[in-house]
Amino acid sequence: MPMREKAHIMDKNSMQRTLARIAHEILEKNRGTEDLVIVGVRTRGAYLAERLAQTIEQIDGHKPPVGILDITLYRDDLSSIAQQPVVHKTEIDFDIQHKKVVLVDDVLYTGRTVRAALDEIIDFGRPQFIQLAVLIDRGHRELPIRADYVGKNIPTSPKETVEVRLEESEGRDEVVVLEQNGE
Amino acid sequence: MVNKNPAWTRKDLLGLQELTRDEIELLLKTAESFKEVISREVKKVPTLRGKTVVNLFYEPSTRTRVSFEVAAKRLSADVINIAIESSSVRKGETLIDTGKNIEALKVDIIVMRHNCSGAAVMLAKNLHASIINAGDGWHEHPTQALLDMFTLKEKLGVIEGLKVSIVGDIAHSRVARSNIWGLTKLGAHVTVCAPPMLIPTGIEKTGVSVTSSIDEALKDADAVNVLRMQFERDTENAFPKQLEYFKNFGITAERLKKAKKNILVMHPGPINRGVEVSSDVADGPNSVILEQVTNGIAVRMAALFLVSQANEHILKKNTGVKAKNEKVLVK
Repeated sequence: MPMREKAHIMDKNSMQRTLARIAHEILEKNRGTEDLVIVGVRTRGAYLAERLAQTIEQIDGHKPPVGILDITLYRDDLSSIAQQPVVHKTEIDFDIQHKKVVLVDDVLYTGRTVRAALDEIIDFGRPQFIQLAVLIDRGHRELPIRADYVGKNIPTSPKETVEVRLEESEGRDEVVVLEQNGE
Repeated sequence: MVNKNPAWTRKDLLGLQELTRDEIELLLKTAESFKEVISREVKKVPTLRGKTVVNLFYEPSTRTRVSFEVAAKRLSADVINIAIESSSVRKGETLIDTGKNIEALKVDIIVMRHNCSGAAVMLAKNLHASIINAGDGWHEHPTQALLDMFTLKEKLGVIEGLKVSIVGDIAHSRVARSNIWGLTKLGAHVTVCAPPMLIPTGIEKTGVSVTSSIDEALKDADAVNVLRMQFERDTENAFPKQLEYFKNFGITAERLKKAKKNILVMHPGPINRGVEVSSDVADGPNSVILEQVTNGIAVRMAALFLVSQANEHILKKNTGVKAKNEKVLVK
């Protein structure tokens, strides 16, 4: 189904400012970087996690460790997704026990990805707590999950798609809302 | 998002001969993720929760069966082992009847070892359940070859261009056959080495080099895969005596001195120490034999995962039932 761009939500500069603000909020809420680790959900959440860690380093002087989660093996919809996902590696090279974990993803929607990510993180150990940072919260939750840090709230219809495009994967930083043609 | 990687669409894993290079590479890539899983403190993922795997073994096997059992359990599947000594096969039940009865128990995946070449293919054609071939006669043992290739890739980075020698009873070895198919597809140069009696005629047509000189097989090789001499199968007196074999073909420290310093020594197990390989080599710095065992779990988890996913889609398509909320994966 061809998709039409309905709205342009964020460009490079506003994304940078948003991530800087979230980095400040993470430092404020956790009083620095002690025991702090950042874990991103593949693929774009991982890129955002790395950017947040770098921004935190610029502000605070210490770069928190960054991990990458691939939640494919923890999905609850593996049997109903039409296209089989390719499994990639989870990379958490540090001990998660007693750590303050900030989980990062690009878009918060139904909350099912976050549920899978929480299950996977807990299989690595027992963190002090897990906080959630997302660039976009588009609503329509199907689970009781909320984010601690939100870049931008966008009211959407379930027929629309929110696409976060990043320099690392798409060659440019922007967020757009797409809708199906002819509706 | 366009998926650059090819999808796995087969409900079964029967052998490497029928697989494309892309499919083999996808399997090896998927196994990398599972290698990470089995190195965690909690070595278990919920991926195959609610699925049932039956290990149906018509030949004695401990390591392959246990490896599949561990792999299935790490994926949260339920596992049932059927040892043939205690089954109805003794009462004359045919293979297909046995398979259909297992399927009627709502089993999702059957892992089968059988002494007849082609048994897995036949079962796969007759059942809707996924079949994973855990060795059929002299034909194929795909997961063993995949774990050998996984180990090679992990240790040496690439498979393309590697020189791999396979030493031992090539004629009666399904491990050799699966390795030859897989390695040549991925661009490795394969040399087989054995007494002439144990080399099947026409093997050159698969693209391998043939030699009866162990020194030639070891020279320039990046890895040597040492097959187990299956003396229990020698009904034709085709094999030289054990000591004679060791003298002419055994991998010893002395012989390795003339090989590449970092040559990998591999063996599918169980080892006949002092027959195919000397103890100091089997336990020495070049040996990756125990790492192969660990990698076997990762590779078998990948195989179980991929066939299970593919079969769910096939079964859904065939029954015309579209999954509720079926959607294209965005991530």
